[in-house]
Amino acid sequence: MAGHVLVIEDEPNIIEAISFILSREGWHVATHSNGEDAAEIVRSRAPDVLILDVMLPGRSGYDILRELRGDAATENLPVLMLTARGQSKDREMAERAGASRFMTKPFSNAEVLEAVRALAPA
Amino acid sequence: MLARDTLTGSRIRERRVAQGIKQADLAREAGISASYLNLIEHNRRRIGGKLLLDIAEVLSVEPALLTEGAGAALIASLRETASDIPQANAELDRVDEFAGRFPGWAQLLSDCRQRITALERNVETLTDRMTHDPHLATSLHEMLSTVTAIRSAASILAEPGEIDPDWQARFHRNIYEDSARLAETSRGLVTYLEADDETATETGAPQEELDAVLEAAGHHVPELERGAPEQQALERLGKGLSAAARGLLQAWLHRYAVDAMALPIEHFAPLTERFGSDVAVLARSSGAEPTRIMRRLAAMPTDILPDPVGLAICDASGVLSYRKPLPDFPMPRFGAACPLWPLYRALNRPMVMLSLPLVQQGRAGVGVWAEALATPIGGIAVNSDPIFEAHMLVRPMPLDQDNLPIPEDVGLNCRVCSKPDCHGRREPSILTSSG
Repeated sequence: MAGHVLVIEDEPNIIEAISFILSREGWHVATHSNGEDAAEIVRSRAPDVLILDVMLPGRSGYDILRELRGDAATENLPVLMLTARGQSKDREMAERAGASRFMTKPFSNAEVLEAVRALAPA
Repeated sequence: MLARDTLTGSRIRERRVAQGIKQADLAREAGISASYLNLIEHNRRRIGGKLLLDIAEVLSVEPALLTEGAGAALIASLRETASDIPQANAELDRVDEFAGRFPGWAQLLSDCRQRITALERNVETLTDRMTHDPHLATSLHEMLSTVTAIRSAASILAEPGEIDPDWQARFHRNIYEDSARLAETSRGLVTYLEADDETATETGAPQEELDAVLEAAGHHVPELERGAPEQQALERLGKGLSAAARGLLQAWLHRYAVDAMALPIEHFAPLTERFGSDVAVLARSSGAEPTRIMRRLAAMPTDILPDPVGLAICDASGVLSYRKPLPDFPMPRFGAACPLWPLYRALNRPMVMLSLPLVQQGRAGVGVWAEALATPIGGIAVNSDPIFEAHMLVRPMPLDQDNLPIPEDVGLNCRVCSKPDCHGRREPSILTSSG
């Protein structure tokens, strides 16, 4: 297993922990922490799995995901959305925006690993 | 369907009955026979001209009210009420007749609809505030993100097996930094939920509206100090308030005006200069009731009382009806305060002034001096138990007293107090896992 994961999250210590546990499992991890140019970064990096936070500086994760789903190059990209809110309407918003999976903070490392494994193309 | 102008007789009858006037009496005063008035009242004779004016005069109503019946606004409101609940199948084609025949009931229905609409708007505002309060949302998001980071780093460190020492050190440092940040964020959140900042301006309940107005005014009303009419102060301070909040403000201003008249600022200021904010001494020297002294102290601007005082007033149920917090003694914006406050103890010992030092949890040992007193509302109660209200004044700790007693440890309210083993606790604290 040596796929590419891109983590877009503005909390540096979450980035560090996720990067560590994924790298340890053999994933190549790239990170980014700004919402404004996130969609561009996704296109240029072309990851196998995207981990995307909802509340980002510059632009919301929902907006970024909607743009990605409108682009043929990224319309089928597996996306795990991270949010601090777990209300049903937030889940609905994530699903409507096109999230493949939805995870609320605080999540465990094992949950992230399991989700990335499940989302990664075979 | 009866046309609206054919219901003039019904309206005459309605008014006459409401005023308890006999048909024969009205007929005599209007100069017609009772049988003719009977025909008019049953809409079998048209009425207009001088006879209408005479009857309107006897009934002391505007003639137009008899001929036009309910106003267009009432009819429109009834139509809207019917459209709100279409399944009730209200007879819309007979709305004029209904309003004409039963103006009181129609107005009641319309008023109820307006009240429901206002209440629904309030609920929406409060729900929106709980859901979308940007400060609350940002703080919670930050707390959850920090908790996530700590949890991730801690679980990496707790896993069996070796971790590279550099990574180990890095995660230890991250946990340390994040825990400090979490403490800071949670402290900020608690401060926000307290009442000692300026965020109370977005209001929902009337009491909150009043609190915001009084805070903005510094709890001081110059007009009333000069003896100007209460209405003048109400006009200035009551702009934009809901009717309920305006009513609260009006009552508060009245009490202020009575206090200011009994203890004019020109007489009170020299006393405070001499005795500071010691309630008992001021009461003795002025002859005024201690609770009035407390309210006057709370109303003094800083040029008269350089060290401001705080004041809480609660009714017999413990609900705070007035709050003027101090930086070292915040008061809860919502709900009840800490049951250990002398404010509540005073209700158990009416007419006895409690005077003692306090320190509130989380205030780094900075204490205040509190004086609390419960007094009956509304004078002597005859053959019934009086209803009490309690005042508690908090002021800076006196500097010139030797052998001060150890301050009593109290909280703000249970939600944000971590005091362990407290007999007064009524709900778990959000600051401790065990509550």
